[in-house]
Amino acid sequence: MNAPLAFRARRGAARFGHVLVLAAFAAFLAFPFYWMVLTTFKETKDLIDVHHNPFVFNLPPTLENLRILFEDTLFGTWIVNTLEVGVLVTIITLALAVPAGYALARLTGRWSQRLAIGIFLTYLIPPTILFIPFSRIVGDLGLQDSLWSLVLVYPSFTVPFCTWLMMGFFKSIPRDIEEAAMIDGLSRFRAFVKVVVPVSSAGILTVVIFTLTLVMQEFVYALTFITTSSHYTVSVGVPTFLVRGDVYFWGSLMGACLIVSIPVAVLYNLFVDRFVAGFTVGAVK
Amino acid sequence: MSSVAAPAPQADAKRRPNWLDDELWLGRLLIAPAVVYIVALVGFPFVLAVAYSLSDATVGSTSLDFVGLRNFAAIVDDPTFWGSLRNAVVFTLVSQALVVVLGKVLAMALYRDFRGKWLVRLLILLPWVAPISLGSIGWLWIFDPVYSIINWSARALGLFGPNTWPIWLGQPDLAMASIVMVDVWRLLPLATVIILAGLSAIPQDIHDAAQVDGAGFWRRLFMINLPLVMPIMLVALLFGIVFTFTDLIVIYVLTRGGPFDSTQVIASYAFFTGIEGGDLAGGAAISLFLFPVLVAVAILFLTVARRAEVA
Repeated sequence: MNAPLAFRARRGAARFGHVLVLAAFAAFLAFPFYWMVLTTFKETKDLIDVHHNPFVFNLPPTLENLRILFEDTLFGTWIVNTLEVGVLVTIITLALAVPAGYALARLTGRWSQRLAIGIFLTYLIPPTILFIPFSRIVGDLGLQDSLWSLVLVYPSFTVPFCTWLMMGFFKSIPRDIEEAAMIDGLSRFRAFVKVVVPVSSAGILTVVIFTLTLVMQEFVYALTFITTSSHYTVSVGVPTFLVRGDVYFWGSLMGACLIVSIPVAVLYNLFVDRFVAGFTVGAVK
Repeated sequence: MSSVAAPAPQADAKRRPNWLDDELWLGRLLIAPAVVYIVALVGFPFVLAVAYSLSDATVGSTSLDFVGLRNFAAIVDDPTFWGSLRNAVVFTLVSQALVVVLGKVLAMALYRDFRGKWLVRLLILLPWVAPISLGSIGWLWIFDPVYSIINWSARALGLFGPNTWPIWLGQPDLAMASIVMVDVWRLLPLATVIILAGLSAIPQDIHDAAQVDGAGFWRRLFMINLPLVMPIMLVALLFGIVFTFTDLIVIYVLTRGGPFDSTQVIASYAFFTGIEGGDLAGGAAISLFLFPVLVAVAILFLTVARRAEVA
């Protein structure tokens, strides 16, 4: 009589603990975004009155901060810039990483594994070491303050990661597919283009998403190379332009963070397992 | 999986003998562009960084004169550099220790199935996907000296007395604690999903068997679960170390290295010296001090990866 009750109590406690742990983590990780939402729609007068309860709207919600963001700053231009760079970098990345990933997965001698590891290790050389020489290279090429400098440099961190990702993806495709095509008379290269690439659309889409998000997040190179506000990308334009000396346009800043982050987050959530696979190939399995 | 018929036996016969040669050649051709790009845009700049560190390069001048180890000698005499190195090590170790432990706890909580998992995962991933510079700005507002929501809430809850009002980013110890907190916030999601992938790879019967044998939660955790997940936790840790040790964005946005260089790290010091100060040579020399750590991390990583592959 007593045992099941104790058992049920313990199970209830475990479930309660589980919920508590999840709630605590979610609160810590998501709170800044909740705070951004609140700040975005508050009037500045409401934000800076120390007698107001900051958790509620003491004055009616407003769209003024978003209006400032879109009309008084170049936010729209920055988004367009970011997308332009993103699309070009994605094209370069696909052109380089998809064939390289295939070669590493299939057409490989003994040197392939070393090469794969070599490519992997390049993402241990961070922008923090490279931005100083790059600032000179970009200047010598006459690309200072041009979005083309970013188009040139960003593939240096997207290509290694995406090559690794595609390699894992191609390894998971059965060899029979292209072997059948080759027996039917296609060359290896044509079998790759006509048969393997079409069935790899999920992997390619993953590369596209990650390239776009990595471009959207990049800060150091854009801060170093770009000096004119109309050439900024979002991640540099927002903090540079909406902070004037000691004056922070908090509502607009938070609005910009939200507008950029939320769509990316939703996209990312769909592909996160693949992203993790890119980090852990070789370490699991 | 035999195909019905080879339609062009002639062509087939002609190709067969060179198949292996062809494949090797094609493989090289397919991989060459990526390798060339990486060598040109990672390898070459890296060599250039080393060359700068041995020269007197500045933003203004175009000449490049070899000065030997003078820049490194200057750095060794620079107390700010040693402070930055110490801060970078403290910043990285403390935040990554927290990230690995919290990431393991969160991954175990997420491993179970429950309703609304999709939404919880989305909320938990947010810090990692938001552009770092913008996420850091969000924290700048949370740490605001006058309107800090942390202070307001703590006072409203009676945790802070009427005279307690910490200036989070303005006091050396608190500033370090604050950037550690932001770094944990940003990297915890990545560590969690990596560890979660490791947990999911453990065959369920191992757990079941242990449970049947009567092993309790802690015993199962330390004797079975942790050893099995250890390689992948190391992977998460290594990435965390690389991202944290080389990061300058959080510090650039939140404290600019202040107050009194108490949050200056190698990466941010290299940026302020090399780009904002115009001393390319000095900045390059400082940033190269990141490299030994990265090499150590890479070696560790390869060891882990190899061992996991053998197992």
